[in-house]
Amino acid sequence: MSELKRKLAGWDTIIIALTVVVLVIASLGVPNFGTSRNFTFLVLDLMPILLVALPMTFIIVTGEIDLSVASTLGLASSIMGWLWNQGLSIESIIPICIIAGAVLGALNGFLVTGLGLPSLAVTIGTLALYRGLALVVLGDGAVADFPFNYTGWVTGTIGGGSIPNVLILIVALAVIFGVVLHATPFGRSLYAIGANAEAAHFSGIRVARTKFWLYVVSGAVAGLVGVLWTLRYSSARADNGAGLELAVVAAVLLGGVSIFGGKGSLPGVLAGVVLLAALQNALRLQDVSGQALNIVTGALLVLSVLLPNIATSIRSTWQRRRLRRAATV
Amino acid sequence: MLRTHRRLLSASAASLLVLGIAACGGTTKDSASDSGPAAAQSGAADPNAKLKEGLKIAFLPKQLNNPYTDVEVGGGKVAAGELKGEYKLVGPNDASASSQVSYINTLIQQQQDVIGIAANDPNAVCPSLNQARQAGIKIVAFDSDASKDCRDVFINQATTQGIGESLVKMASELAGGEGEIAILSATPNATNQNAWIEVMKTELAKPENSKLKLVKTAYGNDDDQKSFQEAQGLLQSYPNLKVIVSPTTVGIAAASRYVSSSNYKGKVAITGLGLPNQMREYVKDGTVKKFALWNPADIGYLAAYAGAALASGQITGKEGEKFTAGKLGPYTVGAAGEIVLGPPTEFTAENIDQFNF
Repeated sequence: MSELKRKLAGWDTIIIALTVVVLVIASLGVPNFGTSRNFTFLVLDLMPILLVALPMTFIIVTGEIDLSVASTLGLASSIMGWLWNQGLSIESIIPICIIAGAVLGALNGFLVTGLGLPSLAVTIGTLALYRGLALVVLGDGAVADFPFNYTGWVTGTIGGGSIPNVLILIVALAVIFGVVLHATPFGRSLYAIGANAEAAHFSGIRVARTKFWLYVVSGAVAGLVGVLWTLRYSSARADNGAGLELAVVAAVLLGGVSIFGGKGSLPGVLAGVVLLAALQNALRLQDVSGQALNIVTGALLVLSVLLPNIATSIRSTWQRRRLRRAATV
Repeated sequence: MLRTHRRLLSASAASLLVLGIAACGGTTKDSASDSGPAAAQSGAADPNAKLKEGLKIAFLPKQLNNPYTDVEVGGGKVAAGELKGEYKLVGPNDASASSQVSYINTLIQQQQDVIGIAANDPNAVCPSLNQARQAGIKIVAFDSDASKDCRDVFINQATTQGIGESLVKMASELAGGEGEIAILSATPNATNQNAWIEVMKTELAKPENSKLKLVKTAYGNDDDQKSFQEAQGLLQSYPNLKVIVSPTTVGIAAASRYVSSSNYKGKVAITGLGLPNQMREYVKDGTVKKFALWNPADIGYLAAYAGAALASGQITGKEGEKFTAGKLGPYTVGAAGEIVLGPPTEFTAENIDQFNF
């Protein structure tokens, strides 16, 4: 177990170090990367992935997955556009969208914990279902006339400086999720569930209830991101955020979270998100084509899964050799 | 398990409650003032200003690797070469509403002079386009317009009026000025199709077209097989039909395929809006004498020149301003910053081999 922890800590450190290195190299070597305006663009680009990755980390740590997040985002965006057209005030639409996301998450949670269905199958199903509902709610049009004081806030910076407004929100949520995961008994119980759900259950952890609420939170955050997305692009659309779920899962895995559960840390995930976004941003500034961006991202992911495994196998081979040597002496 | 049920119930109850409360106060659609500050228009236009050299002109189409788009921006590249500017092509792999925004942001950072954009969503690109304009970049929309208050000019490939007139003109020429004609459209609710058909009806009502008779408008739903069957049906129901006009690339290709393989070949003319690559064989085998479409290369070419005229101060995007777009000649900015490319290009056996899209 401690062996595992050490290896894991190792990967987290590697990914955080790699992120810092990429940021430094890009700031020095890529023209226009280190400017304050580009910092704003970078934060706005990584905002949706980072926010959705927070509850996703919790869910993957418990050994489950939620692939319906991007569709929940799209449905929240559609609901937002539809309600706006009905003449509701934006102040009441925003909480409704977050609650709608929570309800959609609760449905996932119920299907996974209440009926005991595999989360992969359930959330692939609701991925299609929620995206379909989004199209029903809003059709294939777009709603765009949101008030400027809201859209401008999302894309704006504090006092017109270089710190984007949404960074406050991102930092606040990241700190809350980080503290809960790494400094509370609840957070520890998630690792226990991911390592062995049955053992966790017998040691008094309410596995089903815990997972259920993780899905509710995941849905609520996806709803919130649907609102932010809509305001950032001042466009409510049924296809908003399409494909985001894979970017989120990719960033979480790159951050060192095991897809089998029980392992991973939030700082690693944050580094994973920042690393992918910074690489994309820097390569784009260097006029690297979209296909090449995909290749780089894909290669990084494969490596992130491969390297820790190679390290483990090398280590175990060494150990066996040492044992054999000790036996022959 | 039951608990989960109860939770679901209470959650939905809570949301209903919020819906109830929602009716009170706040910023609503009706009370919200319209969009935020538009970028400042730069001063007065000086039509005699010299075209600047070395301009950085970037094209951002809806998505990359689309044959039609490639021809469009190819025209932009030619123009950038003539202008001694730097041409650049960037774009997303998917045509989603938001994917263009990161690219616009990158172009702002690179301090381009002109961005030519075909917007995937007229509003999603708006905030970043206005940031670009505040940074002094000129925005030329082409192909599909961005919202009016976040671009300088829009290159309109054709006006509804121009397309409708051109379709009737070709039909009249092919019918020899009299006889029965039919329309093969896409879907009954296709906005652009219906607008063109309206113009055609107005044109057909004019005295000079009094001998032309529109007998039917059929709908092939932009589906190859359905269009094929509809063309067949038209010819069976109206044996004296002289021309089928199909203002959709799917319809004109399907109708041409049917006629070229039937004994109507040479008796019935097919015309409309088509893609040269799809129509080449039917033009070569004599089924189709002429059809039309705007030339996508000219759209990109005009966009680049309009951008250069903006960046050089010859125009600012106000109605009535004039500039010259290289080999395409003089243009005038119309209402709402629209620049109309001109009448569609007619394709015939003589010129079809000059086009590859």
